[in-house]
Amino acid sequence: MGILATALKKFHGGVHPKEYKELSRHCAIEELPMPKRLYVPMHQHIGAPSDPCVEPGTQVFKGQLIGEPNGFVSAPVHAPTSGTIQGIEEHVSGHPSGLTMPCAVLIPDGNDQWHPELKGLEDPYNADPQAIRDKVRESGVVGLGGATFPSFIKLSPPQGKVAELLIINGVECEPYLTCDARLMEEHSQEIIDGIRIMLQALQTKQCVIAIEDNKPGAIQAMRRAAQETKNVQVVSLPVMYPQGAEKQLIEVLIHRQVPSGCLPIDVGVIVHNVATALAVREAVLFGHPLVHRVVTVTGLGIARPANLNVPVGTPAQDLIDHCGGLKNGVKKVVMGGPMMGVALGDLQAPVVKGTSGLLAMLARETVQEPEQPCIRCGNCLQACPVQLTPCEMAWRAKHDLIDQLDAVHLMDCIECGSCAYVCPSHIPLVHYFRYGKLAMAAKKHDKDKAELTRQRNQAKQARAEAEKAEKERKKEEMRLASEARKKAAAASQAGESAPAKPVPTSKPAAEESAP
Amino acid sequence: MSSTTLLTPSSPHVHGGLSIPVIMKTVIWALLPAAAMGVMVFGWSALFVMIITTLACVVTERLFNAVRHRASTLGDQSAALTGLLLAMPLPPNTPWWICVIGGGFAILMGKQLYGGLGYNMFNPALIARVFLLVSFPVQMTSWPAPAPLLSDKALSFAEGLATIISAPFNTPELLDALASATPLGQYRMEVSLGHTVREALGGSYGFDLFSAAGGMIKGSLGETSAILLLAGGIYLLRKRIITWHIPISMLAGTLLPAIIFWYTDPTKYPDPLFHLFTGGLIIGAFFMATDMVTSPVTPVGQIIFGLGCGLLTYLIRTWGGYPEGVSFAIVIMNAAVPLIDQYSRPVIYGKAKTHA
Amino acid sequence: MIEAVLSMGGMALLAGLGLGYAAIKFHVEGNPVVESLEAALPATNCGNCGFPGCHAYAEALASGEKVAISLCSPGGSEAMQSIAAILGVDPVAMETDQGPRVAMIHEEKCIGCTACIKACPVDAIVGANKQSHTVIADMCTDCEACVEPCPVDCIEMVPVPDSIYNWKWDKPAGPQVTIH
Repeated sequence: MGILATALKKFHGGVHPKEYKELSRHCAIEELPMPKRLYVPMHQHIGAPSDPCVEPGTQVFKGQLIGEPNGFVSAPVHAPTSGTIQGIEEHVSGHPSGLTMPCAVLIPDGNDQWHPELKGLEDPYNADPQAIRDKVRESGVVGLGGATFPSFIKLSPPQGKVAELLIINGVECEPYLTCDARLMEEHSQEIIDGIRIMLQALQTKQCVIAIEDNKPGAIQAMRRAAQETKNVQVVSLPVMYPQGAEKQLIEVLIHRQVPSGCLPIDVGVIVHNVATALAVREAVLFGHPLVHRVVTVTGLGIARPANLNVPVGTPAQDLIDHCGGLKNGVKKVVMGGPMMGVALGDLQAPVVKGTSGLLAMLARETVQEPEQPCIRCGNCLQACPVQLTPCEMAWRAKHDLIDQLDAVHLMDCIECGSCAYVCPSHIPLVHYFRYGKLAMAAKKHDKDKAELTRQRNQAKQARAEAEKAEKERKKEEMRLASEARKKAAAASQAGESAPAKPVPTSKPAAEESAP
Repeated sequence: MSSTTLLTPSSPHVHGGLSIPVIMKTVIWALLPAAAMGVMVFGWSALFVMIITTLACVVTERLFNAVRHRASTLGDQSAALTGLLLAMPLPPNTPWWICVIGGGFAILMGKQLYGGLGYNMFNPALIARVFLLVSFPVQMTSWPAPAPLLSDKALSFAEGLATIISAPFNTPELLDALASATPLGQYRMEVSLGHTVREALGGSYGFDLFSAAGGMIKGSLGETSAILLLAGGIYLLRKRIITWHIPISMLAGTLLPAIIFWYTDPTKYPDPLFHLFTGGLIIGAFFMATDMVTSPVTPVGQIIFGLGCGLLTYLIRTWGGYPEGVSFAIVIMNAAVPLIDQYSRPVIYGKAKTHA
Repeated sequence: MIEAVLSMGGMALLAGLGLGYAAIKFHVEGNPVVESLEAALPATNCGNCGFPGCHAYAEALASGEKVAISLCSPGGSEAMQSIAAILGVDPVAMETDQGPRVAMIHEEKCIGCTACIKACPVDAIVGANKQSHTVIADMCTDCEACVEPCPVDCIEMVPVPDSIYNWKWDKPAGPQVTIH
């Protein structure tokens, strides 16, 4: 039935890192006590940053708009709790650079009071798809699997394209993380509600919830919750990283690849994360914007691993303190999963909509050996889920052969880290790819800018020339005009007193005629 | 507690634990049974050959590091592996100075002058073996008959050492006395004289496949025990150090033409099992051609490479100027690796033509 | 003997004809080196190099005279590297390479004289008479042409500030082999 294949297909490559999920698998989701201060970044999604729309000193309700979306691919930012906006300040972000970005600083008042005007849709399961999309859009819902792409776009199939299948991604293939697993175990019915709303928005009849088989509790809970609902089925997948990557998951389930440069909708599929389904439910049923999320705080370096429900904007330090602090010998604190997350240099970096985990890693979990020369073992080719040639890509990036990077398809790399995970030479392949991608972008930018510069310079020169020509023309005109005038004067004089006199004598003539 | 500065490198933050020394050590382990068998079959001298080549490689590597003011690269274990791999195809009574020259050449010319591990174009052990073969043809093709340890033919420990150490620099006559042909050499010589394969290998030469597979034949000290080498190769496959692509395609590259020609004329062309169990085909397919640095990285490229190695081996064995062609075949194919890699890159996700 | 002379002579003749034909057939208008050099320069014609425009600098470089390859300040070390590659010479150190900068007008000091607007080769400064001017930072090519003409010295070249939007991963250091 439908495009969902009856059997699972193995995607190419992949790795199976030590899971460490047992650290937090059994930790039920708990609420983090309200932090003293929230730093809500204005850019928590793919697309343009939001524009802050509150003045310092404003009293805000929970869920009140504080950042307006800037363009189509953007998302609004809402106050995660009620309180006072202290200001819009530069604050350190969970960006690999460790640089700051504008954040709304919010002092919670402790009441955690929702904005009174927030309302859900009536009859959400049969609502107009556009109304659902608008609700999702204005609630700032973005993909919670980590990509943070605005969700309403993925609920709006383009003209002429039909979403035959909705895939709900509960794979959670990153090691350590258990937040999605816990959500599925504890909120299975709510997730199904969200799925029904999504199906209505997409006008899609079929949905599959994909979960890796290391989460038996989640599979069981979701199966039970899905019993009531037609056309929603739960599929258990063998564990393999990066199975949760959108395109790889699609290949596993429908045996078709998304053509390079295309979107899943081009093969009739839409993929959303389980946590996104929950956020859609909150938005459509109650009008509650996305202002908090579940974060797995774990790692061998944390005293008490936990799954915490956290307001967006909470500094990482607050989560760590709540979990008993860091143990001695922590080498890294990673925001996200161990394969793709960002290592934080400053624990004041706030939780954002896309933050799935906070890992405190000891030296023995995160081996960082010095880079050795590539011995061309080919393990990276075997591990790459995109069937790239990582060693050659890294070699080209390393030697700044930027023009050759396109030929080895660097831009198709999803930065999953599988190649670096298996590399016996400990080459930081993903690091090279990131360097190479930015170098490619910079080169293109430089080229475009040079072209623009050339055009503007030519335009300026042309204008200068035109102005000069215009001046010349004016001068010439004036000259001609004055000549003509003189001629006319001479002629009139001649008319009065013929025959014509030579020009030099015109002056006295004029004098004569003046009075 | 968070007073120590946190590291902020690029993801991924975990690693599978594989490293260059682990790979090299695993390959050495996989070679050791066959090497031990070499000592059992040919006596103590085989052990000394292995020790001398390995020492020569390790010392050369360290000296080169020192000359270039580089940190020692002995830790990656690749020099030791090169030494052992170099010893395997040598005659069990190779004079010590040939072992030293071979080891030095392998590391210096075969690897370090290219820039060290990872940059060399040719398999260092094989390029050294080819160098020795063309430089010292007499010593390199003087094959003593098996003299198993504990048998009455066996030389004592001291005698074995003496064979290697006291080997004069220039007395091919003496070595001639010891010399007799390997099965491959015997076959080529006799067939070129107009005899059939059966006449060449049967009768007084007394070749039988069973002892060939077990290693009880004349030949190089570590190449003869086909069964143990095969076991080592399977161990490497199981450990995922190598993939099936190169060994299987190389064996196919030799065995397929062997089957075809044997089928057309069994009197002139020996059967495929003869090709499989004599000479260095198995060690070549599982240990030499699979050298990571000098073989293609793409799966398709590895198959092309393996087939090329196998085919060239058969060509050289059957019509070439040397009775054995594994080393030459692999070295020739090594040179083609960049080209093969360039044109055998896999089709990436989403670029396949099968899409609607 | 005769045959040898004839055959060699014939071959020489053929080769000569071939070369002559190729010279006409594949004749290239203009100097391709100058063109590629010009493409490597930022085309602002700012004159910082001391030549009247990018084309003149490219011609001077291509002429083989001793002209430094590091004179283009808007192009920075990138342009210098490209020039070095085209001319087949070793890259040199840039005389002043402070990284990318943009012109910034201290608007409280600006008197609105439009001198800088006229000087800017790429129209990256906007403003009207007697109104404070401002720089379109994205358009500015770091050529400094506007700094000199300003009568009140209110234009300053400031480094482009670091932000998460222009931040780049540094290149990994690679295998460390030398002993320190």
